Amino acid sequence: MTTDAELPGPEAEAPTGAAPFQQYDEPVAFQDLVGQTHAAAELNPDAEAVLSVDNLRMYFPIKTALMRRTVGHVQAVDGVSFEVPKGGSLGLVGESGCGKSTTGQLITRLYKPTGGSMLFEGADLATMSEGTLKPLRREIQMIFQDPYSSLNPRHTVGAIVGAPLRIHNVVPKNKVLSRVQELLEVVGLNPEHYNRYPNEFSGGQRQRIGIARALALQPKLMVADEPVSALDVSIQAQVINLLQDLQKEFGIAFLFIAHDLAVVRHFCPEVAVMYLGKIVEIGDRASIYSNAHHPYTQALLSAVPDIKQAATGGRRERIRLTGDVPSPIDPPSGCRFRTRCPIAQEICTRHEPPLLQIGKRHKVACHFPGRLGAHPREPITARLLGVDTTGAPDPGASPATDLRQQPGYADTWFDLDAKSIGRA
Amino acid sequence: MTSVEGNEPYLKVTDLTVRFPTADGLVQAVTDLSYGVDLGKTLGIVGESGSGKSVSSMAVLGLHDRRSAQIDGSIVVGGTEVVGLSEDKMRSLRGNSVAMIFQDALAALHPFYKIGKQLSEAYLVHHKGATKREARARAIEMLDRVGIPQPDRRVDNYPHQFSGGMRQRAMIAMGLINNPSLLIADEPTTALDVTVQAQILDLLQDLQREFNSAVIIITHDLGVVAEMADDVLVMYGGRAVEYGPCKDILTHPEMPYTWGLLSSVPDVSADTNARMIPIPGNPPSLLAPPTGCAFHPRCVHASKVQGDLCRTTLPELLPGVRGENHLKRCHLANPDAIYEAEVLPEIAPEIMEGGLR
Ligand SMILES: Nc1ncnc2c1ncn2[C@@H]1O[C@H](COP(=O)(O)OP(=O)(O)OP(=O)(O)O)[C@@H](O)[C@H]1O
Ligand SMILES: Nc1ncnc2c1ncn2[C@@H]1O[C@H](COP(=O)(O)OP(=O)(O)O)[C@@H](O)[C@H]1O
Ligand code: SF4
Ligand code: SF4
Ligand SMILES: [Mg+2]
Ligand SMILES: [Mg+2]
Repeated sequence: MTTDAELPGPEAEAPTGAAPFQQYDEPVAFQDLVGQTHAAAELNPDAEAVLSVDNLRMYFPIKTALMRRTVGHVQAVDGVSFEVPKGGSLGLVGESGCGKSTTGQLITRLYKPTGGSMLFEGADLATMSEGTLKPLRREIQMIFQDPYSSLNPRHTVGAIVGAPLRIHNVVPKNKVLSRVQELLEVVGLNPEHYNRYPNEFSGGQRQRIGIARALALQPKLMVADEPVSALDVSIQAQVINLLQDLQKEFGIAFLFIAHDLAVVRHFCPEVAVMYLGKIVEIGDRASIYSNAHHPYTQALLSAVPDIKQAATGGRRERIRLTGDVPSPIDPPSGCRFRTRCPIAQEICTRHEPPLLQIGKRHKVACHFPGRLGAHPREPITARLLGVDTTGAPDPGASPATDLRQQPGYADTWFDLDAKSIGRA
Repeated sequence: MTSVEGNEPYLKVTDLTVRFPTADGLVQAVTDLSYGVDLGKTLGIVGESGSGKSVSSMAVLGLHDRRSAQIDGSIVVGGTEVVGLSEDKMRSLRGNSVAMIFQDALAALHPFYKIGKQLSEAYLVHHKGATKREARARAIEMLDRVGIPQPDRRVDNYPHQFSGGMRQRAMIAMGLINNPSLLIADEPTTALDVTVQAQILDLLQDLQREFNSAVIIITHDLGVVAEMADDVLVMYGGRAVEYGPCKDILTHPEMPYTWGLLSSVPDVSADTNARMIPIPGNPPSLLAPPTGCAFHPRCVHASKVQGDLCRTTLPELLPGVRGENHLKRCHLANPDAIYEAEVLPEIAPEIMEGGLR
């Protein structure tokens, strides 16, 4: 921390005016504060995809220490497909180690994927060379979880936020400072503080610095990996509202990774649930939070402690999952959730359930998809897979040939209630 | 607080103040804090980081460095005054009738010793007559209690061979191995997945029921408080700012800081029109705390208080409009009305439509 003597005089502390989300040197009135916040983000069903991910895979080789021989693979991401709509948000949730961060890192091409494609505005990021990738790197930026370690402590805020501008040569050298100051203002920091160091800021302010840096190149897509989980709850709300401001103002799309299901619900009109490298359920907010059909999604949701419980007292009924998440080096056969699934049957060991579209914007990968307590007794996938109800080959059946999972949603789907094909 | 008339609670903290002299000046981390916890009951302590939650709880276990921490006030555990107690006597209390579990299990477990050895040691310290074999059996029993599969084999694992959730469970096993009457859990599930968190909270509740212990759970998650606590203590800048029965505090909070905590977190089942309303600004410096109400620089309701009171005068912790048990530190005369008319419609619109609880 600095001593007072090093801080600029009071005139430098002047309110930042146009900033969408101010730092409140003067307390505002409650109604003004409310006016600067947002309700849950809404889905724009007509938005095209800015990013379309198809069958993405990342297998990390495991090498022996001595011979550097590959002895196996960590199947961190294993065939995920999804779309992020222009100016919209897709949330990615799931337990630790399920492959959320790896997916984000693939999109920013920190790693080259083992397989699959990632179409960004028509170009496939997955196969691009470093050279052709460079101009696209401007368009896709990342916000990290840890505002402490993601900023270089020896660089001033001005240098940190200005670095992308200089690297990509987007503004003339003599304009960098004024652009940096604009960016600081946009994220609600005092633009006069460009010459301070990260340790002079609180956690929430440091996260704002990281956001200003990510904004510098006016990206179309931001990968936000647990952007608020290291912050105090009151500060989390500041940062979430800021991200909502920026999304509205600049039309930025977000892949929003978080383990807090309530925050994801607020920020993301669409959510994908991952388990052991795969998407097990994906859909719009209502499909996931009010109409989940996958036993894992149901278990996750039932585990979230609920403030409303205060009115009645005590714990609410929950689905108790036993055991730990299996290793992604040697995942279970068939459905990867079967070792912990309360309703698993024989077919689950034998066959991986396809990710079936069961609603307008709702897909689920389970042989027995259904509302909590109303899962079907017979696998609905048997006929599609050409097997009997135990998963043994059925010579009379003809397996469907088009089970490959597309990134987006089709106009027709399998209606579970009517047991027939539904239509938009 | 919830104790029977004339019966002292098992843990009784009175006017606790903790100061640390530092190079920058005196840090007053906890000021005039008073609370009580009965056997079989759970107190939830909430507040932003730096509000004094850990410092006050560590004082209960006598974990502060005697040379640097200045502790005033009284802490009585099961009839024994802890403030000023000799290190010897403190040690026989710690891990026996009082135990603490920490947020970071990896830091609390020694990396070079087997889990079982660490558990047995914790048992032997307070059971001088027990044999090694008995201690090992007890360690296996505890691992089994906390839901570690194949405890007789896992007992010989090192901490790094356990997953995060298993390490947390092992630490809880260590905390509970001597059946403590008072257990303090400092953010016991913050780093864990919701599924593992649910397992650990279930476990804490089962064990509390079985041993009738007094439990303090420190957390920033109001959902955890709602499901676990009988009483809630809200801390800000080292002081209690609201204190009372859990249900009452969470459904009828009377202090703007508590409102801020409630409004800044969304609910998994909230109306989608609900907003996440942050608390402006940052937590206060304890080196130079604000004058008057420590929350006034961030308070969006201070304008509803007459004159300059919020800035000049520290409000006392007094019963509000809802009875003797519900204490709040705030100058607002009609907090309940403000909460219902202004705050609730923004954070829980559905409640407004359906009428108030
Ligand atoms: N560079 C790497 N080499 C080998 N394995 C890796 C590597 N990076 C990640 N993994 C493994 O891949 C799996 C997915 O990891 P990932 O970091 O994507 O999880 P996550 O979902 O982000 O989890 P968390 O919620 O804990 O952040 C894990 O088993 C992890 O150990
Ligand atoms: N040994 C110490 N020396 C000086 N200051 C301390 C010490 N321990 C804690 N503090 C300060 O006391 C305040 C309260 O800390 P703590 O109780 O850990 O907060 P929390 O509510 O997050 O648990 C913080 O400002 C912290 O920096
Ligand atoms: S496919 Fe089987 S094991 Fe997998 S989630 Fe569905 S019921 Fe459970
Ligand atoms: S005393 Fe004043 S500043 Fe403090 S919480 Fe109450 S209204 Fe706000
Ligand atoms: Mg991660
Ligand atoms: Mg703490």
